[in-house]
Amino acid sequence: MALSGVEIFKLLPKTNCKKCGFPTCLAFAMALAQGKTELAKCPDVSEESKRVLGEASAPPIRTFFLGTSEKAVKLGGETVLFRHDKKFFNPCVYAVNVKDTLSNDELNEKIEEVLTSEIDRVGQKLRVDAISIEFASGNSSQYESAVKLISQKAPDTAIILNCKDPSAAEVAVRTIADKKPLLYCANEGNTGAMTNIAKTHKIPLGVYAKGLSELSVLTEKIKGMGVEDLVIDSGAEKAKDMLELNTQIRRSALKKNFKPLGYPIINFVLREDPIFETCVAGIAAAKYASIIVLSSIEKWKNLALFTLRQNIYTDPQVPMQVEQKIYKIGEPTVNSPLLITTNFSLTYFMVSGEVENSKVPAYLAVMDCEGLSVLTAWAAGKFTAGKIVQFIKDSGVENQISHRELIIPGQVAILSGAIEDKLEGWKITVGPREANGIPTFLKSRPA
Amino acid sequence: MSYVIPKETYSGNVLSLEFGKAPKSVKIGGENTLPFLSFEGSIPNKPVIAYEIQDITPDDWPDTVKAQYAFCSDNPVKWAQHCQNKLKAQAISLRLIGTHPDRGDRSAGDVAKIVKDVLSAVDVPLIILGSNHIEKDASVLVAAAEAASGYNCIIGKAQEGNYKTVVAAALAHKHKLIAMSELDINLAKQLNILITQMGFDKERLLTDPMCSALGYGLEYTYSVMERIRLAAIMQNDVTMQPPIVGDVGMYVWKVKETFASESDVSQWGSIEERGVAWEAVTAIAMLIAGTNLLIMRHPKAVETVRKTIEELV
Repeated sequence: MALSGVEIFKLLPKTNCKKCGFPTCLAFAMALAQGKTELAKCPDVSEESKRVLGEASAPPIRTFFLGTSEKAVKLGGETVLFRHDKKFFNPCVYAVNVKDTLSNDELNEKIEEVLTSEIDRVGQKLRVDAISIEFASGNSSQYESAVKLISQKAPDTAIILNCKDPSAAEVAVRTIADKKPLLYCANEGNTGAMTNIAKTHKIPLGVYAKGLSELSVLTEKIKGMGVEDLVIDSGAEKAKDMLELNTQIRRSALKKNFKPLGYPIINFVLREDPIFETCVAGIAAAKYASIIVLSSIEKWKNLALFTLRQNIYTDPQVPMQVEQKIYKIGEPTVNSPLLITTNFSLTYFMVSGEVENSKVPAYLAVMDCEGLSVLTAWAAGKFTAGKIVQFIKDSGVENQISHRELIIPGQVAILSGAIEDKLEGWKITVGPREANGIPTFLKSRPA
Repeated sequence: MSYVIPKETYSGNVLSLEFGKAPKSVKIGGENTLPFLSFEGSIPNKPVIAYEIQDITPDDWPDTVKAQYAFCSDNPVKWAQHCQNKLKAQAISLRLIGTHPDRGDRSAGDVAKIVKDVLSAVDVPLIILGSNHIEKDASVLVAAAEAASGYNCIIGKAQEGNYKTVVAAALAHKHKLIAMSELDINLAKQLNILITQMGFDKERLLTDPMCSALGYGLEYTYSVMERIRLAAIMQNDVTMQPPIVGDVGMYVWKVKETFASESDVSQWGSIEERGVAWEAVTAIAMLIAGTNLLIMRHPKAVETVRKTIEELV
């Protein structure tokens, strides 16, 4: 359990020296309790206090990076059970599982799929972040060569060594130790050997046990041997067990501060039917997995899973925004209509979707209103006649169209006169109040 | 430190609701735990998926889903029979989109005939939805409720602007009712209160907090649903305990990802699977957030979500 301000205060020097920047030790303790400052700011704290406070202030779910390149991804570090309580911080990793029994051509094909998986969505670059290489051949030199090939061809992609055989794992780890692969996994039968490999090469270790009681015992044992960057697998196979055990793990870590389960979760969701696998992966993404291992990464599947992850991990308190610019919908000509709206992503998606549905090619001017919707932006003074006029003038849209007509949202009909006064030579038309009125509105206009 | 299962104690439950006529009637809701967490409560009924059909040919649906019903979608009776007999639908949702002023403006009289025809052609439970035009729905749903009298249907959707009329119709003809509000837990709660204050039993109500498609506001629907469920189960808020409806198909099959061709967006992969996955993943997110009744379109998406539900119970 986290310590209260008063409990922390008892462990401080109580000199009120102000070196930490706070007027008193008590004020510093209170700030520490709220996570607003760090213990290192106190120059005089004793080693014993450091140890006690350090343990108590460690995050409930351990946080570390998978991979070493600039594309390395942060795992763990979550603080809530429900996204609306604050937010989910570190998006789950999607990894594809490949077997070392594949031919070189097949391996190259898989690598190519991973390397070309990147998709840009609402300004974020999303991709398959890791490759899990499964030791299926039973032959450690074959495994090593597959690992070598993948790490050369996909140097920036994180690697999961999916291998329970310590001797094959040792060989493979040696080849790519500098890439800090995740070694998956230590289980009841190989704990000592696997932990030693992870410790020697300073790499994170996956831990597998059937059931959370067994898993807790194993993580404690491994921690005792000196490896702490762990990823845990509850052994769940059915979607139901995965959902229940993931929930119990997250709850134990956050609500009970139960350290043996305070680690990022890995779920293997391998299913034969790719759409079914997408569904099960979706459950893992929504409920607490940090690494999701898939058997295939078709482009449509990636798009759906990336988008779901983006939705789930969006900060509920910060509206998603799209870039301010003139968007082309369909293939507009100089005579196509020009509509304006704000840059709240939902507003943009609804409006652009309905313009698209109308099948009338058009320009959509999306104005930066700090991610507020039309009515809210207007009320907040961000979507005003003056600012709209400025935006239209600066946007250069006047060079793209030959007419001078701007369609404004029906919600802000009140602005039409003021815009017309300030935007010389332009005609302002009031569009529908709701986005779903756009198709009828656009289609009924004379071509 | 030994491991103890971190169980919660819940004080509330989701109300259970039955619709349709025996022996094919369907029951939803009734759980006293969060979605699929049966280690700390009971979940007497699985979520149910209703196939969406329409009173007019669905010209605005993307080709990949339209093609699934090309041979029957010109006739709601044939369409309903196909869903029941071939697709083994647990329930059917008839959307009277042809009543929308922009989509044919079909009269309330026409509606009564279509509803009667469909009801006499199938025996699985029926959900009857208007066209989401507040004023028009008021008259359409009154006619539909009367035509379906005695069939114990779900009708909807009652919204802030028309609930008085719609509630009265559901009350008079003993139907269940969907109350819909727009992505706001307080509005959902308020509408439920207003409806029950008219003497409509909360045991006959369903909540639709408004669905959104994957990538198009899904996170809003997801969190509103999670909060409604938490209020019902953890805080025992009786106004938040009706089962939740996820009207998935109509939101999914109009977003670009479900119809953009592979030549336009090669990086998005196969259009066929992309659309199915979009509907299935949206539905899965809704289920995980607490949905009890899904309304969906593509048979392959329905089948996959059903399979997933089987793995979740």
